[in-house]
Amino acid sequence: MTPFAYARARQVDEALALRAGHPEARFIAGGTNLLDLMKENVARPGMLIDITGLPLHDVETTADGGLRIGALVSNADLAYHPEVERRYPLLAQAILAGASPQLRNMASTGGNLLQRTRCYYFYDAGVPCNKREPGSGCPARDGLNRIHAILGASDQCIAVHPSDMCVALAALEATVEVAGPAGRRVIDFADFHRLPGDQPQRDNTLEDDELIVAITLPARGFARHHAYLKVRDRASYAFALVSVAAALEREADGRIAEARLALGGVAHKPWRDPRAEDLLRGQPCNAESFGRAADALLQGAQGFAHNDFKIELARRAIVRALEQAASQEGTP
Amino acid sequence: MSATSPTAGAGLPAAHSISLTLNGQPRRLEVQPWTTLLDLLREQLQLTGSKKGCDHGQCGACTVLVNGKRINACLSLAVMQDGAEITTVEGLAEDGRLHPLQQAFIERDAFQCGYCTSGQLCSAVGLANEGRAHSRDEIRELMSGNLCRCGAYTNILAAIEDALPACREGGRS
Ligand SMILES: Cc1cc2nc3c(=O)[nH]c(=O)nc-3n(C[C@H](O)[C@H](O)[C@H](O)COP(=O)(O)OP(=O)(O)OC[C@H]3O[C@@H](n4cnc5c(N)ncnc54)[C@H](O)[C@@H]3O)c2cc1C
Ligand code: FES
Ligand code: FES
Repeated sequence: MTPFAYARARQVDEALALRAGHPEARFIAGGTNLLDLMKENVARPGMLIDITGLPLHDVETTADGGLRIGALVSNADLAYHPEVERRYPLLAQAILAGASPQLRNMASTGGNLLQRTRCYYFYDAGVPCNKREPGSGCPARDGLNRIHAILGASDQCIAVHPSDMCVALAALEATVEVAGPAGRRVIDFADFHRLPGDQPQRDNTLEDDELIVAITLPARGFARHHAYLKVRDRASYAFALVSVAAALEREADGRIAEARLALGGVAHKPWRDPRAEDLLRGQPCNAESFGRAADALLQGAQGFAHNDFKIELARRAIVRALEQAASQEGTP
Repeated sequence: MSATSPTAGAGLPAAHSISLTLNGQPRRLEVQPWTTLLDLLREQLQLTGSKKGCDHGQCGACTVLVNGKRINACLSLAVMQDGAEITTVEGLAEDGRLHPLQQAFIERDAFQCGYCTSGQLCSAVGLANEGRAHSRDEIRELMSGNLCRCGAYTNILAAIEDALPACREGGRS
């Protein structure tokens, strides 16, 4: 790693002030993504601001029955939190499908949102990459692109966001609370991550000098009918090729009252499309209705050769996840 | 807050002093900001039991316990562990008696080259502390952060299964 300075912040304002005074600085929480990228010379901050001492470690119920999760709650503590296990098991499942127990002990809620793509070319500082060096080119388009995007890609970038947790947060319609020099604001999860377009260097809509302070889940948790299905090259400790977060509410007659569907591993952000969810509302739970929703969610999907298989894989995974969600009865 | 103090020597950012409890011993240490916990252990303190397999969080050979929780020492900065209680494989035995997991690894022949073993052991102690593994499948899943290039998985699994009850009774970290 290139030498860098280190400072520890105890309060949010202190962290923001340090950041404002040091444009070369970056925040560090669990360090599991940032240090990895620094070892590869992909990230070269001149200073790290340690935010692990900030008072953002709590999980609390909100006035309207939701759950507010401090940005520094570890992925392990969040997945095993009694309220998350009981009311948001989709989120617990998605977190536990990611990384390893060691990494989940270290990784933070805020850091998970901001982890960067695992595109091989992004990680190799010796080759061009529009995300790492805007304007340098994208070798993935015509190169090895087995893990790359099938939806929402641009001429400049076909990278995918690798998080599992974020796929569940998208389906649950979480919000992201951030603090910056101008005060606090709240970002809908759907607007947090962005598509690459002609600015692939920007993964999300957080400003450089802003800090994530919390993620809030609305009261609706889909505890009864949900599934997180992750398809990958080995059974554990691997990133998703395709993942699906499916959540349903069913009427007394079995028809679908409310549906949420989000995909991971296929785009620059967790992929949702309200049209797919609309197609499910009022429908019975069967292969036809699930297949129609899958087709709608995958509309416009395009492969780049090595990843062509992901389109059919995603279609089948969506149907399977919806079947699992529909048949589930309550939480264990 | 401890912001950077005046730059020391060759124009490098300042070192920081930290306090640790390392395998039961209080330690006060000077560390550079970019020194990982793994490099501190291996290069500065000669505790070479923790191994560097990948240096990227992908193999688990560097697993140690921080405040009883297993982490990858290669992806953690030493300077960020100020005040922590750290246990490495060197600290698992007590009063000359092997930890039940160490004993079980020997009895079950749970290693070949041994390179992954210290990480497997610390990870398994963390697993026992978490108390989430109740079946073989759960042990397998919750030990998936530790790769074994020699493929000793079958015996590692058997050893952990043997030792978990003793770990629960002993409550040792
Ligand atoms: C081998 C390996 C396998 C993995 N497998 C998976 C997987 O299968 N699924 C999965 O989802 N993830 C996986 N991960 C990724 C892991 O989940 C992320 O690295 C982790 O969630 C990042 O969190 P962190 O706290 O360690 O972030 P850090 O590394 O500390 O920070 C990441 C980025 O976020 C910024 N940051 C952190 N916190 C804040 C904040 N509160 N406000 C503003 N900025 C902030 C930092 O400046 C940095 O840019 C894997 C990682 C590794 C190393
Ligand atoms: S050396 Fe740390 S995980 Fe491989
Ligand atoms: S015993 Fe050789 S790597 Fe596990």
